Amino acid sequence: MKGLLESVIRGLGNGSVYALLALGFVIIYKATRVISFAQPALMLAGGVAVSYLAAVTGFYPAVLLSALLIAGVALVVERVAIRPMVGRPVFVVAIITLGIDVVVRVVVNGFIGRDVRQVGDPWGFTQVSLGPLVVQSRWLAMMLVTAVLVALLFAFFRYTRYGLAMRAAAFDQEIALAQGVSVGAVFALSWGLAGFLAAIAGMFVGTGQGIEQMTWVIALKALPAIIVGGLDSLGGAVVGGLVVGVVESLFQSYQGEFAPWLGQNFAVVSPYVVMLIVLLVRPYGLFGTREVERV
Amino acid sequence: MTDTRSAASAAPDIPAGRSRKVRGRPLLYTSYAQDMALLDTRAKRVSTLVLVVLAFGLSVLLQDRSLEVLAGAYVLAIGAIGLNIVTGYAGQVSLGHAFFVAIGAYTAAALSGPVDGENLGYGIAELWIWLPAAGLVAAAAGVLVAPLATRLRGLYLAVVTLGLVFLGEHIFKEWQELTGGPGVGREAAVPQLFGVRLDQDGPLGTKEQLLYTLMLALLIVFAVAARNLARSRIGRAFAAIRDRDIAAAVIGVPLTRYKVLAFGISSFYAGCAGGLLYTISGYVEPGSFNLLLSVQFIAMVLIGGVATVSGAIAGALFISLLQPVTRSLPALVPFISGDTTQTPNVFQVETVLYGLLIVLFLIFEPRGLFGLWIRVRNYWKSWPFSY
Repeated sequence: MKGLLESVIRGLGNGSVYALLALGFVIIYKATRVISFAQPALMLAGGVAVSYLAAVTGFYPAVLLSALLIAGVALVVERVAIRPMVGRPVFVVAIITLGIDVVVRVVVNGFIGRDVRQVGDPWGFTQVSLGPLVVQSRWLAMMLVTAVLVALLFAFFRYTRYGLAMRAAAFDQEIALAQGVSVGAVFALSWGLAGFLAAIAGMFVGTGQGIEQMTWVIALKALPAIIVGGLDSLGGAVVGGLVVGVVESLFQSYQGEFAPWLGQNFAVVSPYVVMLIVLLVRPYGLFGTREVERV
Repeated sequence: MTDTRSAASAAPDIPAGRSRKVRGRPLLYTSYAQDMALLDTRAKRVSTLVLVVLAFGLSVLLQDRSLEVLAGAYVLAIGAIGLNIVTGYAGQVSLGHAFFVAIGAYTAAALSGPVDGENLGYGIAELWIWLPAAGLVAAAAGVLVAPLATRLRGLYLAVVTLGLVFLGEHIFKEWQELTGGPGVGREAAVPQLFGVRLDQDGPLGTKEQLLYTLMLALLIVFAVAARNLARSRIGRAFAAIRDRDIAAAVIGVPLTRYKVLAFGISSFYAGCAGGLLYTISGYVEPGSFNLLLSVQFIAMVLIGGVATVSGAIAGALFISLLQPVTRSLPALVPFISGDTTQTPNVFQVETVLYGLLIVLFLIFEPRGLFGLWIRVRNYWKSWPFSY
């Protein structure tokens, strides 16, 4: 029981990082109807930026600075490569983001080099005890920061003018334009937000084990998360991220014991299995809106 | 051809077939069959013939190293044509092509491998047995996956097929009896045709010449088959589904059947390409069937031209030749290094070029290389007028 709870907490910790990434995907999807495959590169860039800045400014300012920096990078990418494609098929734009991802990652890899870069976080692998449970403090930090960010984000969408504009544009771009919403600004804002969240996620991914060239693969786990939650549901992204994190953590703890025939490291691909099962039952994810087609 | 007969019976005053081409009016079609002909103008017939003869001629003109690169490009072209069938013609985005390529590669390798070797093998080295088998097993996998695909649309489908690549990578890394495991790998399929080993120098030519000729011949077969498929009833159904699937269903196209068919045929091509691809190097490693391979196929289709067979071939040649070109860059551009530890090295340049080319082509010429060719052709066709 103790082991089970500990591995659930580990799952929730990692899952909240996936939730941050998934929120980025969903925000971009809601604004532009495109899955941005550039998120892994932005995440990696965020982690690397923290690892360089932390030595100069200290850890916490470095996190904020690099999140803003990556948000800026995302804005530039959006303006240069995504905005000219307005009105083109979404698949084309998605593939463009795939191309951007490849390019940005090569540049970032140049900064990483061949070694593992430490992000200079204060948590490392230190453990704290919660009653009878012994858990790593970074998982608690991940959960706490994600909870705060998600609350801020939902408040932003609920109560601010820009949040309202983004919701309006996601609902119907043409009507939003007619009401005076600058849809271009909404696109930019959504990319900026996604870049910001990706950078924070990148920092968390780098806590403890550090950042290396292959770290970007972790960001792809947010894809099953958004599919499980439903592509256009912010709440679904959070739930999906946590589900993916917990499932992965449980497989990590128990699969070797109960289902060794699945092979080593099955935990790494378990999110995709969950995704396939959810899609068989609900083709639009748990909270996604069913697409209504008019003929 | 059944189309010829129905067109002729509908309009009895117009004789069927291409016999009634009006002299000096190459673009005047008097029957549906003429309109749909593979090579409808004399220029196309002549240039295709010249291209094919030239391509076969290259096997004696070029050096073995270049032949090897080109042979690989032809095999990739078969795979790209396959992806183009499902993504270009039928409009179902698949990022899972690498998975089907892997299934083909391992089916072929297992069938033709030695019976008492380290890995699974059945000792059937004849190409005409293992190649169709590789295609069929991959097609079966495609048909199995398709029911999921028919429920999903657009980007949901893209992400699910992406998941397929990861699951496949895991399975192939774990199934060591078949694949040899990551980092170790196994020997690839043995290309033997009627008792003649094509991967060894023989009286008919060097290893590279034999493989080059084999791949070229197979590419022609697969390309013609795909062109024929595209202009058949099935191809028209695919196009209808791509353009608007609900409208297609309304006019009587059974969506599920044709989507399953598209995945099946595409996977057949992928499987055949997979079986052939590794005969050149003679070695398969389970880590090579990753997302990057899928992205390369997508890049070939998009750079070459969506929903065109010649475009897919051009794209595959383009992507495959990119590698030797970038490898020769350090000699020309001094700040690019051939050493992987230096920062602007050839591998980075190559990867950046993939990404940039995809982005630039999609922004500036969405029809790809085929579109560039159409522009050039139309310029000269209508010269001196602009259109």
